[in-house]
Amino acid sequence: MSQDVTQTNSAKQVEVVSGITVRLAGDSGDGMQLLGTQLTNTSALSGNDVATFPDFPAEIRAPRGTRAGVSGFQVQFASHTVHTPGDTLDALVAMNPAALITNYEDLRPGGLLIVDEDSFDDKDLKLANLTVSPLEEPWIENYRLAKVPITKLTREAVSDLGLSVKECDRCRNFFAMGLIYWLYGRSMDATLRFIESKFAKLPAVQQANERALRAGWAFGETTELLGVSYQVESASLPPGKYRNIMGNQALAWGLMTAAQLSQKELFYGSYPITPASDILHELCKYKNFGVCTFQAEDEIAAVCAAIGAAYGGSMAVTTSSGPGIALKAEAMGLAVMIELPLLVIDVQRGGPSTGLPTKTEQADLLQLLHGRNGEAPVPILAARSPGDCFDTAIEAWRIATQFMIPVVILSDGYIANGAEPWAIPEVSRLSPIEIRHPEGVAEGETFLPYARDENLARPWAIPGTPGLMHRVGGLEKQDGTGNVSYDADNHQHMTNVRAQKVANVANFIPPQTVSGPESGSLLVLSWGGTYGACHTAVARAQQDGLSVAHCHLRHMNPFPANLGEILTRYENVLIPELNSGQLRTLIRSKYLVDAEGFNKMQGKPFSVTELVERIQRLATSQSDQLVMQSRAG
Amino acid sequence: MSTDLPVLKATDFASDQDIRWCPGCGDYSILAQMKKMLPNLGLPLEQIVFVSGIGCSSRFPYYMNTYGMHSIHGRAPAVATGLRVSRPDLKVFVITGDGDSLSIGGNHFIHLLRRNVDVTLVLFNNRIYGLTKGQYSPTSPEGQVTKSTPMGAVDHPLNPISVALAAEATFIARSVDSQVKHLAEVLYRAAMHRGTSVVEVYQNCNVFNDGAWDYAKNRASRADATLELQHGKPLIFGKDRDKGIRLNGFTPEVVELGSGVSQDDLLFHDEQSDSALVHILAKMRHPEFPEPIGVLRDVQHEIFEDQVRGQIDAAVTKKGPGDLQALFHSGDTWDVA
Repeated sequence: MSQDVTQTNSAKQVEVVSGITVRLAGDSGDGMQLLGTQLTNTSALSGNDVATFPDFPAEIRAPRGTRAGVSGFQVQFASHTVHTPGDTLDALVAMNPAALITNYEDLRPGGLLIVDEDSFDDKDLKLANLTVSPLEEPWIENYRLAKVPITKLTREAVSDLGLSVKECDRCRNFFAMGLIYWLYGRSMDATLRFIESKFAKLPAVQQANERALRAGWAFGETTELLGVSYQVESASLPPGKYRNIMGNQALAWGLMTAAQLSQKELFYGSYPITPASDILHELCKYKNFGVCTFQAEDEIAAVCAAIGAAYGGSMAVTTSSGPGIALKAEAMGLAVMIELPLLVIDVQRGGPSTGLPTKTEQADLLQLLHGRNGEAPVPILAARSPGDCFDTAIEAWRIATQFMIPVVILSDGYIANGAEPWAIPEVSRLSPIEIRHPEGVAEGETFLPYARDENLARPWAIPGTPGLMHRVGGLEKQDGTGNVSYDADNHQHMTNVRAQKVANVANFIPPQTVSGPESGSLLVLSWGGTYGACHTAVARAQQDGLSVAHCHLRHMNPFPANLGEILTRYENVLIPELNSGQLRTLIRSKYLVDAEGFNKMQGKPFSVTELVERIQRLATSQSDQLVMQSRAG
Repeated sequence: MSTDLPVLKATDFASDQDIRWCPGCGDYSILAQMKKMLPNLGLPLEQIVFVSGIGCSSRFPYYMNTYGMHSIHGRAPAVATGLRVSRPDLKVFVITGDGDSLSIGGNHFIHLLRRNVDVTLVLFNNRIYGLTKGQYSPTSPEGQVTKSTPMGAVDHPLNPISVALAAEATFIARSVDSQVKHLAEVLYRAAMHRGTSVVEVYQNCNVFNDGAWDYAKNRASRADATLELQHGKPLIFGKDRDKGIRLNGFTPEVVELGSGVSQDDLLFHDEQSDSALVHILAKMRHPEFPEPIGVLRDVQHEIFEDQVRGQIDAAVTKKGPGDLQALFHSGDTWDVA
């Protein structure tokens, strides 16, 4: 099957465009996520740059056909570099009325709207809480509507395979996919290969999905509803070998790579939680890499088991999302006190409490920075994109072992589930992570488990080493000996040491960089998963002639040593965050900079448009800026 | 045991730290018996790790010249699990109390047991919160008046042995802090067991709950109030060893030997039995019954860490050692020139 050369060249008119944003929306049982993943993969394989935004309900199967059950997947693919899944849609596929009514407002006027017209009967409308069909609403005229009998055509395409009606209808997403592939000149090869392997054990289903896919493509080519197809040329990415990667997958691979670079066994303690569970699913596939995954009885056991493994000398990692991190707080304090390397990864989601499990947010920064009893500082790193999760994991482990300290990585639901092309690194070129375990003490000397090196790190002596028997624990330790100490001056000293250790990390990390003018009217300061939107918005504002620079933080604690100096070079600092101003609070208190916030708590990432509007209000034009600077000079 | 291993003495296991338990505390005896027993394991000091939670008993690791971690309240079983899975070469002990392992750490306690991680857990049961100065614990009897129960505790206590049985622990034993010879023997057998071994020790808190176990400790009463279990032997107790336990249906009853009742009529102890008999033993409580001490259950089952590591080994055998570069290039890739 995969040997077939699939037809991708349409005989119809082909229009070349630089980029397309398309959203596939349907019931959560309609296979929209699968459709989106396939479109992403296929687009990346055709050389486009891609960015994705899967958006699905927290319920596994909300009542069928209802608005609550709508699941969507948005992809932007382009012949230029893209950093976001796009703000407004060029095309929307709506598999039912609920999907249409909850998504049409994001479709640009004149955009292509493809609906399954077989799913708009009275029952479907009722399920979506509608009395009038949206297809009869006046606003439908704003779009190029293509009413396609997807259900009927799919059933016809697979009719002689002996499948039940329900089974036939499960192929609807592949029909839609075929149509989309035709529309955007995509090759069906990768998806045909996927169907072949995914349904290898179900030959009838395999054949049905393949037929539905091909039928969708053929429909596009023959129907008079669609006169034009589109071509998106390859993007000019830096040379190299690429693959698609999702954030959680990149984190998992980064952890495995860090383990190998440090010649450590990876011990991973975790408890299922959205949206972090995929890291567990990914890692447990790679036992042959020596990865030891432990699904604990709860979040606390997950981190405590990791601490036990760290004491034993493993690379220990625990992951969760906000609610689980709250449960791990006490144990993280223990790791600070006993000064062991540990990675704690928080894939943030909407909070507080259970909040919005499947939606994104950046509201755990202060929890990770301050959310422990006593003063228990830890370094914090935030990944900025799906692929960046890989590098962040490696850097975090480097810091954890150099400083003998737990390190936090912040990801979020948006980058965890988002995908982008990833330039595959050459593992042999990554620098090794050197770890020393003391092997003994000289005759007549006493081992000091809390002796300190130039980083203030204590030795990582592991059980089994003769002569280095020592006890660690949560009670305050006397520096040097590690014995329990209630001494007042020692507690002051140890508090300072623990803080200084984290502060010293600033000398270890690279200086902060800025893109755009080195000084001027406005600096946009962002962190974590908002990188794509902020970067794109700043670039657009710069193209419009505005004096604006972009500074994106990975190191949230400590801040890079030169950050304070950077902030003084701009008249205004704008901090966009998917929280109510957590980084802004830190920047204001540390640098006394009157930064302005742009804050959004909707469970959704920033749109580029809203950021650009905000930047326009604060930035002056570059020419004005030059005049002002020459006057000041 | 390797021939060049120096023979250790109990004193070799003592750390240089001053012991800070109250004078007269039952913990001293448990510490002493542990140190006395450990040389018999034939392990070097560096091979042994004591992990504890929070509470008076949990200071234990500081007093041992081995590796150790005084972790956080209730979580020692989880720490020990991570340690054992990553380092199956180590002998790991968990030191815990009734509050630590049955209240705040109840979840970890049962999961350690059901996984059958190869650790020896010693549960110091003094039926009180000592370190926080005298609140009732999950093993305090109903009606007990404490600082937090001035009108008496109303909740029904947990029986650690029953909990351990419910979690299907593979080794369950009970001893008494002051019965030093018995305690040392039970600790040794627990330490030699492969899998999770649970030892409940009746431990007197002479400051906040003095006398809680008097019936089991007193020379005058203990022969009648406890019953020393011996594998394959009938359940006989009493100062004159003239009483026994007989089953009447599913109900145990105390009978006098002689007068028509012979040893053969009694219940015989079988540590390896998978039957409900051990549950009957667990439910024998003072004052209606003598409380069984010794090894209640000792069965073999695969240990957790062997299975976890077995899967890793099997994956390596099947797929070969992991190759990151190959993994990164697996699936769909494309070149950008």
